[in-house]
Amino acid sequence: MDSIPWWASEGAWKKIAIWVTGVMLAVLIFLTFDTVNQITAGSERVPHYSAINHRVYYRLDRARGYQVPVLGDEAPLFGRMLSADEAEALVTLGKLTVQAKNCMNCHTLLGNGAYFAPDLTKSWLDPAWVSEDVREELMLEFLKDPATNARTFGSGRRMPHLGLSDEEARAVVAFLKWMATIDTNGFPADFPAIRQVGDR
Amino acid sequence: MSAVAERLTGGQRVALHYFAAAVVLFAAQTFFGIIAGLQFVTPELFYGVLDFSVNRMVHINAMVVWLLYGFIGSVYWLIEDEAGTELVGLKLARLNFWVLTAAVTVVVLVYLLVQVGAGTRLSIWLINEGREYIEAPRWADIGIVVCMLVFFYNVAATFMKGRWSGISGVLVLDLVGLAGIYLAGMFFTPNVSLDQHWWWWVIHLWVEATWEVLVGCIMAWGLMKTLGTSRRIVTTWLYIEVAMMLGSGILGLGHHYFWIGTPEYWLGIGGFFSALEPIPLVAMVVHAVYDSGRHGFKSTNHPALAWFIAHAFGNFFGAGVWGFMQTLPQINLYTHGTQWTSSHGHLAFFGAYVTINVAMIYMALQKWRGDVWMSGDLPDRGFKWKWSLALTNLGMLGMTVALLIAGYQQSFLERAVGGSTWGAFFAAQLDPWFVQAMVWRNVFGMVFTLGVMLLIWDFVTIGRGERRPMRAAAQSA
Repeated sequence: MDSIPWWASEGAWKKIAIWVTGVMLAVLIFLTFDTVNQITAGSERVPHYSAINHRVYYRLDRARGYQVPVLGDEAPLFGRMLSADEAEALVTLGKLTVQAKNCMNCHTLLGNGAYFAPDLTKSWLDPAWVSEDVREELMLEFLKDPATNARTFGSGRRMPHLGLSDEEARAVVAFLKWMATIDTNGFPADFPAIRQVGDR
Repeated sequence: MSAVAERLTGGQRVALHYFAAAVVLFAAQTFFGIIAGLQFVTPELFYGVLDFSVNRMVHINAMVVWLLYGFIGSVYWLIEDEAGTELVGLKLARLNFWVLTAAVTVVVLVYLLVQVGAGTRLSIWLINEGREYIEAPRWADIGIVVCMLVFFYNVAATFMKGRWSGISGVLVLDLVGLAGIYLAGMFFTPNVSLDQHWWWWVIHLWVEATWEVLVGCIMAWGLMKTLGTSRRIVTTWLYIEVAMMLGSGILGLGHHYFWIGTPEYWLGIGGFFSALEPIPLVAMVVHAVYDSGRHGFKSTNHPALAWFIAHAFGNFFGAGVWGFMQTLPQINLYTHGTQWTSSHGHLAFFGAYVTINVAMIYMALQKWRGDVWMSGDLPDRGFKWKWSLALTNLGMLGMTVALLIAGYQQSFLERAVGGSTWGAFFAAQLDPWFVQAMVWRNVFGMVFTLGVMLLIWDFVTIGRGERRPMRAAAQSA
C-alpha cells in the first residue's frame, strides 16, 4: 500500500473534496448576495411593480447586442394609474393565480416550465394581441373563457377553463405585463414585439 | 415472516416498504407520462377532465417522490451493514414511512380531483404550489422536511452508534444538504425572478449536486457488494467524484441563471462550470467498467450489476452529454424552454437515478428471497430482466432522440426564425418534423412501458423457488 503516490491516495482526495466543496460554496454564497440584490423588485434589472403604469418596449441595445425591456411614457393598465402599493397587490394576486392555476405545467415562464403551450416571458408584447387598443380586452376575454376564445393557431390545443374571476384575470394580465419588464439578457432573441405608440 | 426477519435486518425490512412504494409510483409516473405524451398528438384527449398540466404534474412529481423513496430505501438497506450496528430508530423509520406515504397519497388525490384553486395563499398551502417539480402544497413541504429530518436523525445516529467510514461520512454530510436545500423553495413572492432564483437552488442543487453524491455513495457500496471491489478503491473514487461533482456542479447552478433576470456574469460562470459537469460522470463510467472488467464480470447479482453499469453510462450520456449539448449560453438562448430540455430531462433522470434504484431493488430482492443465486444461468435464461433492461433502455433512448429532433426543429423554427412569438410556437408545433417526432416519442414511450411491466413482473418473480445459494463475492484485490 505504500506504493500509492500521494496524489492517488484516499487521504489526499478527502482533503481536496472538502476544500473544493467549501470554496465553491463560499463563492456561491458571495454571488447569491449580489444576485439577490440585483433582482429585488425595484432594481435596474427587475423594475418595481408600478412599472405596469408605463408602456413597455423590447428594444435592441446596441452596446449589449440584444433586446432589452425599456419603460416608456405612462400607459396605465385598464386605464387606471396605480400607486406603488396597489400595483404590488395586483401583481401579487396575479402571481398567486398563476401558481394556483398551475400555468407552469403547460407554459414556460422566463423559459422554465412545460412545453405544451407558448412561453409567457414576453406574452404582453406578443403580436398575436393584434394592437395596443384591443390587447387588454382580448387578454381578459381569453383568460376568463379560454375554451370559447381559443387561440390554438390551428393546433387544436386549447387552454382549459380554469375558472378565473374578472379580478384574477386582470391581475394575471398585470403580472404578465410586469414580467415583460424584466431584463432577461436578451431572451427571447429577435422577438418581434407588437406595434405600440412611440415605437421607433 | 420469521424466516425473512432472520435474514433481513430491521432497516432492510423498512427498506422493502420504501422500494415497494417506489415501484408503485414508478408505474404511476409511466402511466401519466404516456397520457401526457399522447396529448401532444391528440390534444382533445381528456380535455377538461385530466388536462396536460395535471398529467404532467403527476408525471414529474411521482418521479421526484419515487426516486427519493428509492434513495431512502437504499440507505436503509445498506446502513446496518455499513455502520456495523442496528438501526437506532426502527419504529420511527416505520412510522415515518407510513406518514410520508399517507401524505403523498393525499397530495396526489388532491392534484387529480381538485387540480386548481383560486388565486389565494390558501390554494398554495392546500392544493398546489404551481412551481414545477415542487408543486406539493406547503403543508406537504413541511411534512417532507420533518420526514427528511427524521430520516437524517436515524442515519446519523446509527453511524454514530456504530462505525464511520468514508462512504457514511459523505452520505451524512450530503443528507444535511439534501434536507437543508429544500427549505430554499418554501416561500411565496410575487417577484418571479427571485422565485425562480431560489427555486433553482432546490432543483439544481438537488439533482445536480446532492442527489449525484448520494447515488455515488450507493454506487460505492453496491460495487463492493456485487463485485467485491476493495473499500479503499471505492472510497478514493467517491472523494474524487465529490470533488469534481461539487467543484463543477455548485457553480454550474449558473446555467439556470442565464435568462431569468439574474445578472450577466452568470452567462460566463454558468457556462464555464456547467461545461465541466460531465467530467465526474466520465470518471464514473471508467470506474464502473474498469472494476467490472477487472473482476471478469463475475458478480453476485447480474441484474443489479447490469443496472449499475446502465447507471454509469446513463448518467454520463443523459446528464453529461445531453446537458453539455445545450449548456453554453450561446446555444441555450435558442434551446431554453424547448423539447431539448425535455430530451435531456428524460435521459438524465432515467440514466442517473432510475437505473441505480432498480439496481438496489434487485440487490434487496436477492437477499429477501434468501440470498439466492442471481448470477448467470438463471431460469428461462433470465429473459425477464434482460428484456426489461433492453426495452426500458431502448424505449428511453428512442424517446430521447425523438424529443431531441423535436427540440432541434423548435429551436430553429420557433426560436431562431420566428423570434419566439405565440404564432412561431404553434408554427413549430405544427411542422411535420415536430409532429413525426412526437409520434415516435409515443411509440418509444410504449416500448418503455412494456419494459416497465416486464421489470415489475421480474421483481415479483425473480429468485422465487431458486435453490442455489448466492455466488460468493470475489475477494478484494
